[in-house]
Amino acid sequence: MYVYDEHDRQIAAERVAQFRDQTERALAGELSEDEFLPLRLQNGLYVQRLAPMLRIAVPYGMLRSEQLRRLARITRDYDKGYAHFTTRQNVQLNWPALEDVPDILAELAEVEMHANQTSGNCIRNTTTDQYSGVQVDEIADPRPYCEIIRQWSTFHPEFAFLPRKFKVAVNASEKTDRAAIQVHDIGLQMVRNDQGELGFRVHVGGGLGRTPMVGPVIRDFLPELDLLTYLEAVLRVYNRYGRRDNKFKARIKILVKALTPEGFAEKVEAEWAHIKDSPTHLTREAIERIQGYFTEPAYDSLENATELLATQRFENRQFDQWLSHNVDSHKKPGYAIVTLTMKKTGTPPGDVSDTQLEQIAEVADQFSFGEVRVTHQQNVVLADVRQDQLFELWQCIEPMGFATANLNTLTDVICCPGGDYCALANAKSIPVAESIQRRFDDKDFLYDLGDIDLNISGCMNACGHHHVGNIGVLGVDKKGQEFYQVSLGGSSHHDATIGKILGPSFAQEDMPDVIAKIIDVYVDNRKQEEPFLETYRRIGIEPFKERVYA
Amino acid sequence: MPEIITKDGSIKQDSWVVVPRPADGESLDIPDQPALIPADLWLAGKEHFEGRDIGVWFDSHDEPELLDGLVNELPLIAVNFPKFADGRGYSIARLLRERFGYQHELRAIGDVLLDQLQFMKRCGFDSYALREDKDASKAARALNFFSQGYQAATDTDVPLFRRRAS
Repeated sequence: MYVYDEHDRQIAAERVAQFRDQTERALAGELSEDEFLPLRLQNGLYVQRLAPMLRIAVPYGMLRSEQLRRLARITRDYDKGYAHFTTRQNVQLNWPALEDVPDILAELAEVEMHANQTSGNCIRNTTTDQYSGVQVDEIADPRPYCEIIRQWSTFHPEFAFLPRKFKVAVNASEKTDRAAIQVHDIGLQMVRNDQGELGFRVHVGGGLGRTPMVGPVIRDFLPELDLLTYLEAVLRVYNRYGRRDNKFKARIKILVKALTPEGFAEKVEAEWAHIKDSPTHLTREAIERIQGYFTEPAYDSLENATELLATQRFENRQFDQWLSHNVDSHKKPGYAIVTLTMKKTGTPPGDVSDTQLEQIAEVADQFSFGEVRVTHQQNVVLADVRQDQLFELWQCIEPMGFATANLNTLTDVICCPGGDYCALANAKSIPVAESIQRRFDDKDFLYDLGDIDLNISGCMNACGHHHVGNIGVLGVDKKGQEFYQVSLGGSSHHDATIGKILGPSFAQEDMPDVIAKIIDVYVDNRKQEEPFLETYRRIGIEPFKERVYA
Repeated sequence: MPEIITKDGSIKQDSWVVVPRPADGESLDIPDQPALIPADLWLAGKEHFEGRDIGVWFDSHDEPELLDGLVNELPLIAVNFPKFADGRGYSIARLLRERFGYQHELRAIGDVLLDQLQFMKRCGFDSYALREDKDASKAARALNFFSQGYQAATDTDVPLFRRRAS
């Protein structure tokens, strides 16, 4: 994992001092609310329904155990003893006091953390696949490139006041896309060309929100050394020509659509021609230096523990279920990838207490080289667990509430904080998630349904990624009443698709029934092992409509 | 006379005035003192302005490409920030400096606040018409919140990844 050098440390310390100065001027009335707004947002600080909210960056989802412990301490000392994992691999505090924020940032900087650009109209935290570096089929580890992008985008002097927020995601596997890159402003798919050289396929103009779009490809192959100059060209075209007259039309997707992907690509290429050989052009040495931080941990040389696991599975059905759902295969023999699910029914998805943060730190130290990854599905991954220690780990995390064996199933809901916390929300989202989780509490039935993405957002800003859920739920406001609109057929993977709206919206208490009817239609129509999405694509939306609105 | 912040944070007095774009049908009214006029109007009547203290200003939606090859005929170019959150002026400044090779003074005008100053400096502005209600004595600190940046920009052509290598 990346470790700061003296330059990073100095920049982090200067940032804290800068924000302290800005906060003092705001509190002294020298900065108006409007003037302070972008400054605090670029430090992750929102003013929310009940209190300020501080969004702390977790670059591409990676955390060390000491950072988890510090987060735990911060939630205790400055907040109400819990934090929230977001749908963009970050962490949020819901109750900090404005005047404490500079001190919180100073505490974060001590463990090489920050809240830079976690909000505001600037380049946000770059996200990637939580299985980076440990999965079998990746082209190369994407994390060094994410770190290179993090450094380039941090306080970029030209791009601090973009028309709107800007999100970049990188994916490295050709089979899976756990980073949802096609619904980002820029999605970078790592590829190798015919000569075996490493590069990126560049998607621009994807996004959710009010106008959901799958990002078209604007360049098939971008050599890795050209990464930053090309990003700079895309951002410059956006900064100059993106709409600033209407907040709802200001994302880059609107510009790409207006110019057409071909027209946009031409403009970027023309700009890039001027700067591709500028000093921003990456060097092999610079990439290798960053790659040096993402080397493999000191793996033991092991065989797969197939027999041992078979015996343990046979002896314990719950362990068997957990192993089948929450554990994935690892590139090293004898190791496994474990997902700690933060989706226990009754707890808001993604919420963790201070004690739980410390427990995660502890199991990370004991079982996975002291590192974890936060996922955009709001879970936490231990990426390097010995197979012969899985049973022990499971016994450890079961009482902590992290072993709910529902990863990627219907009850592994992606859910924004919604109307319970968020000032933007039209409706509550957490109670809807909970009522559906309660309705589908029969594990065998749940497992029989297979993988289904259920995504819930409390408003059309779509933090819960409802457009790309196989089943999406959107909270809407109708004359002061909360209603829920359902969409079907979305996907955030390589076959990225925006879901189709089923029809008129529903009252909150009807939601479990509505979802149950949708599931019934699937069960009645599926062929053998066909996943929900494939059945939906085969039979279309009509049979679902008929049943739900009958 | 307005106070102008310089790149090192000191304050200078200056008599340049910004001449607004005339309304349709009206002609440009240039006072008898150093004046900044809209860039396209300067281009259109360039020969009339020779020998006079005339510079130009770009608005944030203007295209600096307009003056490609001519920029160094101007002693002063200003870029307007109609609202501080409008970031187009940063790109305009970098293009004027890095692409069109502008050598003389480049000034930020309009909604110029303390917390933009270091970004402006990094993008090639070397003077700043700080908005009048802001405390010019704090400019020196705001220009130097950071002792270094990660990127190459107008102020340095050595990004941190190249400095680390040396």
